[in-house]
Amino acid sequence: MGLLYGLIAVGLALIFGLMDVTNFAHGEFLMIAMYLSFFLFAFFAIDPLLSAPLVAAAMFVFGAVVYLLVVRFAMRAKANAGMVQIFTTFGLAILMRGLAQFFFTPDYRSIPQSWVGGKTISIAGIFLPAPQLIGALVSILAFAGLYLFIHRTDFGRALEATREDPGAVALVGIDKNRVFALGWGLGAALVGLAGAIMASFFYIYPDVGASFALIAYVTVALGGFGSVFGAFAGGIIVGLVEATTALVLPPSLKSVGIYAVYLLVVFIRPRGLFGSM
Amino acid sequence: MLSVHEVTTAYQGLVAISAVSIEVQKGEIVCVAGANGAGKSTLLKSIAGAERPRSGTVTFDGKRLDGMAQHHITATGIAYVPENRRLFPRLSVRDNLRLGSYLYRGEANREEPLDLVFTLFPRLSERLEQRAETLSGGEQQMLAIGRALMTRPRLLMLDEPSQGIMPKLVDEIFQAVKRIRDAGMTVLIVEQRMAECLEIADRAYILQTGRVLMQGAASEIIGNPDVRKAYLGL
Repeated sequence: MGLLYGLIAVGLALIFGLMDVTNFAHGEFLMIAMYLSFFLFAFFAIDPLLSAPLVAAAMFVFGAVVYLLVVRFAMRAKANAGMVQIFTTFGLAILMRGLAQFFFTPDYRSIPQSWVGGKTISIAGIFLPAPQLIGALVSILAFAGLYLFIHRTDFGRALEATREDPGAVALVGIDKNRVFALGWGLGAALVGLAGAIMASFFYIYPDVGASFALIAYVTVALGGFGSVFGAFAGGIIVGLVEATTALVLPPSLKSVGIYAVYLLVVFIRPRGLFGSM
Repeated sequence: MLSVHEVTTAYQGLVAISAVSIEVQKGEIVCVAGANGAGKSTLLKSIAGAERPRSGTVTFDGKRLDGMAQHHITATGIAYVPENRRLFPRLSVRDNLRLGSYLYRGEANREEPLDLVFTLFPRLSERLEQRAETLSGGEQQMLAIGRALMTRPRLLMLDEPSQGIMPKLVDEIFQAVKRIRDAGMTVLIVEQRMAECLEIADRAYILQTGRVLMQGAASEIIGNPDVRKAYLGL
């Protein structure tokens, strides 16, 4: 589960690190991805695992469009730019939730039969739920892919340069708006991938994003602002803390451990475990 | 090659340059000199697209530049090294240079200008893996010029390349500018250090409070008694 938290948080950290904009609609991106996965299953009987790349690609386009049509204009604000961005993405979140309630109804939905749902895999005598295991695997692959993309390709280097100084990339002929759109697309694709995997073992409803988004913000803050690697590592830590807490405290309190560790880190090391800011 | 015609640029209502016209011919080194606040940097920003002129036109090889997005202007063959250099501080020297050739990604010879860069500034080749922020002021200026050369400009625009640099390196940079011209490029350079700048320049403009005060061959301006008194302290 921690790896999936990491994957969700990486998408958030990527956008935040790139342009100092916190996407408060991140959880709703997750929700949309889960519904996409659900509908692909319900109408076309495509298994969530199979449709995951499709969902990620659709979310990439969605993220880029959200940047180009909404966030780009919010960033032009001359006064109080930070506030404008917060309220814009927050507003977007509420809009998306509202639309989801209207079109998809507030009913809880689930994908009853998927290839991996409800199955377990035994490794050295320990039984692990298959969906979570696949999720972990996909997360690691996605993160490795992202790492290679950032460090080995020209677009990745452009991404890093834009994150360093968005005002300077035009000096070498890079259009910062394209890089920002790419960043939003990537961030949305990552959370989309997470959503697609989670659709096979979580209930899907319009508010589902909220609790995961909250954990994602904690994860980003824990791992260190602006650090994609930190966000991923933070996700793993959050997952482990959650699992450990669930062993000692009643299950209903399993989130308490996460927030306790988060507070501890913020007190001792405000920039997060791997943050450089 | 470059023609700036009656350009006026203002910041929040304050006019920084007013109806400034300059011409740059192919193969020239043109120096724009003047005191602090004369509008030198604004002139370069208006050409590079970092500021939008309020009125006037900028043409480069017959193409209108005013109103064009900054990254498109870079792609037309104008490389601009701003005053504060704007390197990517936490990226390596190598990555900064590679980003300079971003427009040529996918081409086999994208790194071609690298030879020239290393001939001009051999110390860059020794520091390829270092982060740009760890370089000295002079080295950062070299890297900024190097990154600009990687975009394969026909016109190179430098804003105060001597600023914040030890005197020995200032010389090295001005010598490099001459060699860049000899390699076939045109250079437009903005400087407060008028004496050194006029020495390498073919022609010069002097700006004062946002207007062109004087223009002509560099040798003429350097010989002008008023200039000598007011700007060169001679």
